[in-house]
Amino acid sequence: MTRSFTAWLQAAPLAIVLVGFLVAPIIMIVIVSFWGATEWSIYPAFQFDNYAYLFSSEVTYRVFFATFKYAFITWAFTLSIGFTVAYFLAFHVRTQAMQIALFLLCTIPFWTSNIIRMISWIPFLGRNGIANQTLISWGIIDEPLEWLLYSDFSVILAFVHLYTLFMVVPIFNTMMRIDKSLIEAAYDNGASAMQTLWHVIVPLTKPGIMIGTIFVVTLVMGDFITVRFMSGSQKANVGRLISNDIGLLQYPSASATAVVLLCTVLIVIAVLLRFVNIRKEL
Amino acid sequence: MESRSRSFYVLATFFALFLLFLYGPTITIAILSFQGPQGGLTFPMNGVSLYWFFDLFEEQAVGDIWGAFRRSFGLGLMVMVTTVVVSVAAGLAFRKKFPGAGILFYLAITSLVIPSILISLGVGLIFQQLGLKIHWATSGFGSQLTWTLPFGLLIMFAVFNRFDKSFEEAARDQGATAWQTIRFVILPIIAPSLLGVALFGFTLSYDEFARTLMTAGSYNTLPLEIFGMTTNVTTPVIYALGTLTTLFSFLIIGVFILTVFFMQKRRSRAGSDAGKGV
Repeated sequence: MTRSFTAWLQAAPLAIVLVGFLVAPIIMIVIVSFWGATEWSIYPAFQFDNYAYLFSSEVTYRVFFATFKYAFITWAFTLSIGFTVAYFLAFHVRTQAMQIALFLLCTIPFWTSNIIRMISWIPFLGRNGIANQTLISWGIIDEPLEWLLYSDFSVILAFVHLYTLFMVVPIFNTMMRIDKSLIEAAYDNGASAMQTLWHVIVPLTKPGIMIGTIFVVTLVMGDFITVRFMSGSQKANVGRLISNDIGLLQYPSASATAVVLLCTVLIVIAVLLRFVNIRKEL
Repeated sequence: MESRSRSFYVLATFFALFLLFLYGPTITIAILSFQGPQGGLTFPMNGVSLYWFFDLFEEQAVGDIWGAFRRSFGLGLMVMVTTVVVSVAAGLAFRKKFPGAGILFYLAITSLVIPSILISLGVGLIFQQLGLKIHWATSGFGSQLTWTLPFGLLIMFAVFNRFDKSFEEAARDQGATAWQTIRFVILPIIAPSLLGVALFGFTLSYDEFARTLMTAGSYNTLPLEIFGMTTNVTTPVIYALGTLTTLFSFLIIGVFILTVFFMQKRRSRAGSDAGKGV
């Protein structure tokens, strides 16, 4: 009895913050999604207009499709790059000190500003940027490529740049806990390096892959700033749809879109969580 | 030691390219921030100067970046302290079973994966409807906690999963109270990890954008200020600012990593005092 009371007391601050700044805002958004709006104000109501409009608009489907597209392509790239990097760190770097040093080198950008990291692509990708200058000087192209910046390409490039470490960290973490004797056993039984990788390491790394996947997919699906910045406002995803409505003070409509987005994200996570028990993997 | 296989070299090259991909752009803008006064946003360099760094210090050239920096720094410290205290407390709580633990855990995970714009929108709406003033130290502070606390909590799980319970049991056997056990046994042992939580708390807050966007009110934090600049500043001054903030982040990370390093070192030097009596 007293034991669970102490636990309650210790958990209370976390619970209070999450109720106040997570649960309450979600409830508020759900409520406001049924409200009405004029051009300059919103008023309480209980109407389904916002949802009706959302689901009747062709834009919604296009934008949701774009969101899934970004999420899927980014996922494919971050997973293949992240897995390769983690595999190198975990199985090919021999000393632990070196492993830690290289691992830190991979994670440091996570603690710096995302906005700056996006800005730093401009000198690379611009019309007269480094990429175009180099390609022209090599004689590969005659005219600068226009699609390098402010395109799907730059959006996805930025996503991969920002989020690959969300794959590296959990995958590296699970790989480090693989019993090395299992790998030796595979070799002893005549498995090739590829077979060992595919039939031993990949299955054992699955929980890490799933956690990384959850991170990357939800970050990309909920994003609004990378798409806006890297596409020069020329591309849209659901997050941008919401932030545009917010900019126009159309909070009820923004809320309805937000509710649909939240449901979508939660369904995706629920599916992914079936494959992994997060608490066991830490 | 066996010789390196060919796949090692292939993978090492891949890793090096990955690092180049991670750091290359940042290094590029660092170089470009030294552009001469006539220089543009990309190469070639038009002379080398500190012009754009000085430009940053001119009050009216760009917005209120020093005010924004002070606010971000203060907010970062607030979030850091709160994240450490709340995460440790919650971490301790989750070691025991208590009713509602499962729900609280899933709430924390939801807090981590929820699209940030929902927090921004929801908190903004609540403050608006309640007639409260939106301010970085109230609504902004709370919104950022929804991002830093789950990280803190997950780190605490990782820490306590590896924690040797016999230390505590020994303390208890020697008659330590619950509070004494936490204060003199658990906290000193997990101290380096707490620095990790602090690092997450500070840097995630210092760079946080999406959840602060609608909850900072009329006084911007630094990332918001920088984002505002991207739409109307077309000179390398933005690179100079980017370089300075990145250097500041590196400084903070370096301080944390060095502190942990020396802590571990001192600890291994001090070693065990078993058998030396009291």
